[in-house]
Amino acid sequence: MTLTTHPGRALRRVLAIAAAVGTAAIPSIATAQGKGLDEPFRAGYAKALQGKVVGYIPVAMGFDLAQGWLAGLKKELEPMGVKIVTRDPNWNTNAGAQALTALIGEKPDIIVVHNPDVQTYAKLLQRAEGEGIEIVQINMRSSYPSVVFVGADWVEIGEKATNAVAEHCKGKSNKIAIVQGALSAAASAYQLKGVENALAKNSQLKVVSSQAADWDAAKAKGITQTVLKQHPDLCGIVGFWDGMDTGTAAAIKEAGLTGKVFLATSGGGEQKGACEPVKSGAFDLNLSYDVPTQASNMAASIKWLLQNKGKTKDAKGSIYTTLIPITKANASLEGTCWKL
Amino acid sequence: MSRINGLRSASQEVIVFGIFVVMFLVFSVFLPGFSTTGNMLGLLQNVAILGILGLGMAIIVIGRGIDISMVAVLAVPAGLVLQMVQDGHSLPVAFGAAFALALAFGLVNGWLVAYAEVPSLFTTLASGLFLAGLGQIAFFRLDIVQWSAELDKLSWVGRGTLAGVPAPVVMFGLAAAAVALFLRYTRLGAYIYAIGDNPSGARTTGIPTRPVIVLQYVLSALIGMVAGLVMAASVNSMPTRIYNSTMIYDVILVVVLGGIALQGGRGGVVNVLIGTLLIGTLLNGMTILDMSYSAQNVVKGIVLLIAILIDSFLNPRNEETAQQGDI
Repeated sequence: MTLTTHPGRALRRVLAIAAAVGTAAIPSIATAQGKGLDEPFRAGYAKALQGKVVGYIPVAMGFDLAQGWLAGLKKELEPMGVKIVTRDPNWNTNAGAQALTALIGEKPDIIVVHNPDVQTYAKLLQRAEGEGIEIVQINMRSSYPSVVFVGADWVEIGEKATNAVAEHCKGKSNKIAIVQGALSAAASAYQLKGVENALAKNSQLKVVSSQAADWDAAKAKGITQTVLKQHPDLCGIVGFWDGMDTGTAAAIKEAGLTGKVFLATSGGGEQKGACEPVKSGAFDLNLSYDVPTQASNMAASIKWLLQNKGKTKDAKGSIYTTLIPITKANASLEGTCWKL
Repeated sequence: MSRINGLRSASQEVIVFGIFVVMFLVFSVFLPGFSTTGNMLGLLQNVAILGILGLGMAIIVIGRGIDISMVAVLAVPAGLVLQMVQDGHSLPVAFGAAFALALAFGLVNGWLVAYAEVPSLFTTLASGLFLAGLGQIAFFRLDIVQWSAELDKLSWVGRGTLAGVPAPVVMFGLAAAAVALFLRYTRLGAYIYAIGDNPSGARTTGIPTRPVIVLQYVLSALIGMVAGLVMAASVNSMPTRIYNSTMIYDVILVVVLGGIALQGGRGGVVNVLIGTLLIGTLLNGMTILDMSYSAQNVVKGIVLLIAILIDSFLNPRNEETAQQGDI
């Protein structure tokens, strides 16, 4: 094989070489019949992922979101040889901070963190990133913005839930109640901000009760019962989490007001926790931040981070989850909710 | 001595009852909608489960013990029923398993306290942790175990009504009547008072103290299980992480506030009722007032401190009544 070189401009020469290489390659494929072509990037991808360690600290392992995220991460990452190590603070913020400190000491490549509040982990996360451990935050973010955040936009949830309640309340009493989560939780405070935003645009609404039920179904039920006794003409309730609002719904049902009091809530979209109660009429609207999608967003981010290790110095980004509003219309459809 | 103590403890009852009456009147006058029948029933319903647990705790405290594991036994056996039914087991099998679990748990607690002579505070602290952990590892897939449709025939205990009275209140009433009869009119009940008043004296007079102590813990575990089932039916799920909450303090509070001294040997079901009513009125009134969570804690704290102050003033600790693990 000879390259015909014309004495000419350098550009033409380069082009000619490229063309020659191209034409040379084609016959070589043709001659080696049945042999495949090695894709040049897959080896690097596999190498970047093989044997890497991802730490995972949710606020507790024993609830649908944490299990759903873990299942999604495992599905995407384990086949590539990524090891996932989990820690279970079991709703204890101190235990979580200790577990995170210990995990940072073990120097995994990435840590997936589900923050119990805005402050507690902030310094630790900063330290971890300083030591070259990438931090992926899920659903509840810290005041420290790490390289990736994947999760729900809580303000949006509060706004949408309140708007839905406002819509239902048209022509009715316009009295609404709010069942908040725990006061220290950002997810609760941000949602409340969203509720306030929506209330500012719906000045006809009157909030007759706005109390924290500590993410606890029994407390939510107790509060709602009392509120409904005081205001039997209540037209809607904004609840901050479906796991807690089973209690809110039970109180509405006991008062015989199912369908009259509009209950809007939100959650991870798990079948038994989200779609079944919507079907039964316990919830009128459940805004789902679809956990499998969140898990797959996280897995994609982790794959990208592992391949760009050490090159993400100032990169920061948020991947907000697109909400799925679950109502009677889609609760029975396949794929609206997910199962563990 | 016991007569003086009796007077003193009676006067605490009276004082706490007085606080309750004053609070009730103030709320009735100043809170529109407080003193309606509907709100009264709601008030009782909100504290019915706490009250049922308080009854179990009373049996233990009267016998000079304490049972920190009550919230674990509230959560785990009832959660087990829900989980097993969800997994396709029949109702009798699920209930049988839960009953066996609660029974075994009570027996172990009782054996540790009565025969191994481990102080009840430490025994139940550890056994409660164990049971809650066991539930999470072995029984439940998720913290919140959802109610299945198969259980709907039993949902009455949490969601039904009897002549307009919510079922949890009826259950509380039944449990209170049963415990009152047991403590007042059976020999075993009298033994529990004797053991609480003076354990070595009780043994000297021939009371089978150890088996009676075991019985106390078994009863407390079974009452805890019943409370758990009522709660699960009531909120349509069993949030098993309630074990991590501060509910056990509320239970102790109901008992102590009502006037059952931690030294044992005194008080009864009436005290639990008074304590429960006070807490219920407080919570209900603050909810109607739409007080913030933090402000509610401030008020709760103040009322508690007053009650504890009265308790330590009327029932001063001394060498005779001091005990290991006294709280």
